Amino acid sequence: MVSSIPASDRADLAPGAAPAVRPSRGRRTRQMALGGGVFVLLLVVTALAAPVIAPHDPVRQSLRARLAAPTLSAADGKAHVLGTDHLGRDVLSRTIHGARISLLVGFAAVVVGGIVGATLGLLAGFRGGWTDTMIMTLADAQLAFPFILLAIGIIAVLGPSFPTLIVVIGLSGWVTYARVLRSQVLVLRSREFVDAIHALGGSVARVIARHILPNVLSSLVVIATLELARAIVLEATLSFLGLGVQPPTPSWGGMVHEGREYLDSAWWISTAPGIVLMLTSIVVSRTGDWLRDLLDPTLRGE
Amino acid sequence: MRGLLPFLGSRLLRAAVALWLVSTVVFVVMRLSGDPVPLLLPPDAPRSEIFRVRAELGLDRPLPVQYVVFLGNVLRGDFGRSIHFRQPAFRVVLGYLPATFELGLTAFVLASLVALPIGVVSAVRRNSPVDQVTMGLALVGQSAPTFFIGILLILVVSLKLGLLPTSGREDWRNLVLPALTLGAFAMASIARLTRSAVLEVLRADYIRTARAKGLSEALVVAKHTLKNAAVPIVTITGLQFGTLLGGAVVTETVFAWPGIGRLAIQSIYNRDYPVVQCTVFLSAVLFIVINFCIDLVYGLLDPRVRPS
Repeated sequence: MVSSIPASDRADLAPGAAPAVRPSRGRRTRQMALGGGVFVLLLVVTALAAPVIAPHDPVRQSLRARLAAPTLSAADGKAHVLGTDHLGRDVLSRTIHGARISLLVGFAAVVVGGIVGATLGLLAGFRGGWTDTMIMTLADAQLAFPFILLAIGIIAVLGPSFPTLIVVIGLSGWVTYARVLRSQVLVLRSREFVDAIHALGGSVARVIARHILPNVLSSLVVIATLELARAIVLEATLSFLGLGVQPPTPSWGGMVHEGREYLDSAWWISTAPGIVLMLTSIVVSRTGDWLRDLLDPTLRGE
Repeated sequence: MRGLLPFLGSRLLRAAVALWLVSTVVFVVMRLSGDPVPLLLPPDAPRSEIFRVRAELGLDRPLPVQYVVFLGNVLRGDFGRSIHFRQPAFRVVLGYLPATFELGLTAFVLASLVALPIGVVSAVRRNSPVDQVTMGLALVGQSAPTFFIGILLILVVSLKLGLLPTSGREDWRNLVLPALTLGAFAMASIARLTRSAVLEVLRADYIRTARAKGLSEALVVAKHTLKNAAVPIVTITGLQFGTLLGGAVVTETVFAWPGIGRLAIQSIYNRDYPVVQCTVFLSAVLFIVINFCIDLVYGLLDPRVRPS
């Protein structure tokens, strides 16, 4: 049984032997992170250039071309490569346009969450005392129940709209930013050079801009990447439940929902946008993991 | 038992704050939308009825008073009457709860039964093909959207292979796919975290000592490793049970499973706001209570987590 543990592992467990494998792993992580970045870039380009790239109008209906199977051949040279849906709309074109919604809501939500989280984190760190206790209790409380339930309740009452969607998804993710900034402030606040800056008449803003932000920048990049994946999935989930982006605007979650009833006869309606969504979610969150290993291994535990 | 009381106190405080936060958000959102009375009544309610309900709910009183009254009602489980079912919202939601529990519990047991052995084997045989394949799958399971996992399972297992039904709640065969879908994220998380917990212990000095004594590897793993890795694994596994509740909304909708998640979504479509409010609140309470219990068990098992 002892020999069942591979030799390389044994070497890894022994002190001093581990660094032998590190350089190659680092290079691989860098390549993976780069690959993930390229994927996101391609997605952004696709979203921006959707009207040019998409072979068909994503909302144009055609009763004669309903539920057409994916094909590469067409009389007019404009084939429905991924088939059409129950209203005769081109699935590929809708999937391409769906990238716009996913990325728009995703990035906007990350910005909202980042700004709120960073502000509250800085406030908690600098003010301390009651402000700190209140903000951190709020953070704990928010993590203490599944946010999707609250999101459903809020959207149910306010009605689905872009701003509501962005704010709700954004607010669901402020806690991590706040925690990282707060702890950085706590680390730096007691340092002598911060006292020196104050003594020389430097402002709090200067301390934040010159000393705190540069220190947390890599952590923020990592968190934002992981948050982007989460926001994209949350938007798709809400749209799938009918609480997100409303038809006829194409969104990945909404398309999976529309195709559900036709799963037996026209499986492509749901699977095409679903697979793209799944791929996006996996690649973006893995990119976040790789960035973390690369830039900020201290975040690992979270 | 030293430190247990303050630990309990801090967790109880956190649970209370979380509950207060949920009810406050519900209150604020209901007021943000303007007059909540039209939301609480059928769309065709006469004006006299609107005035009557407005007075009954005390909406003519100052906001702080309304807020206190609202909190009081929530504490008593009074969420108003369901428009669709024509009975108290709380009773409606309670009726749908068993189905959600059945699904959640099955998903949890299934996830644990599959993930725990996988996690241990992956750790013991680190970097082997088994480890790489299962951990690759776990990564997919952790980031794939729950609703699409459900759709794929329906497409492949139900429609193409014809093995299991696509929806409803009749016998155990209806339970398999929803439980797999709901449990997928938990399964992936438990497998990954079990692996890292076991790896952590395998690095410890006492494991080297156990091996140096000449113990068989099976004994090292079974007796020395698993016992010590158990505490973090129990916590992680328990915490996953809470997150299942959030996933239930999606899973129940995909599989037409008659639990409170699907009830919530349908009530939104029916504009049955008392029921929506009640489901959101009750799920939050359940989630918080479950997490509190897990914290408690954790605090009993491992004195180190208690505040000093």
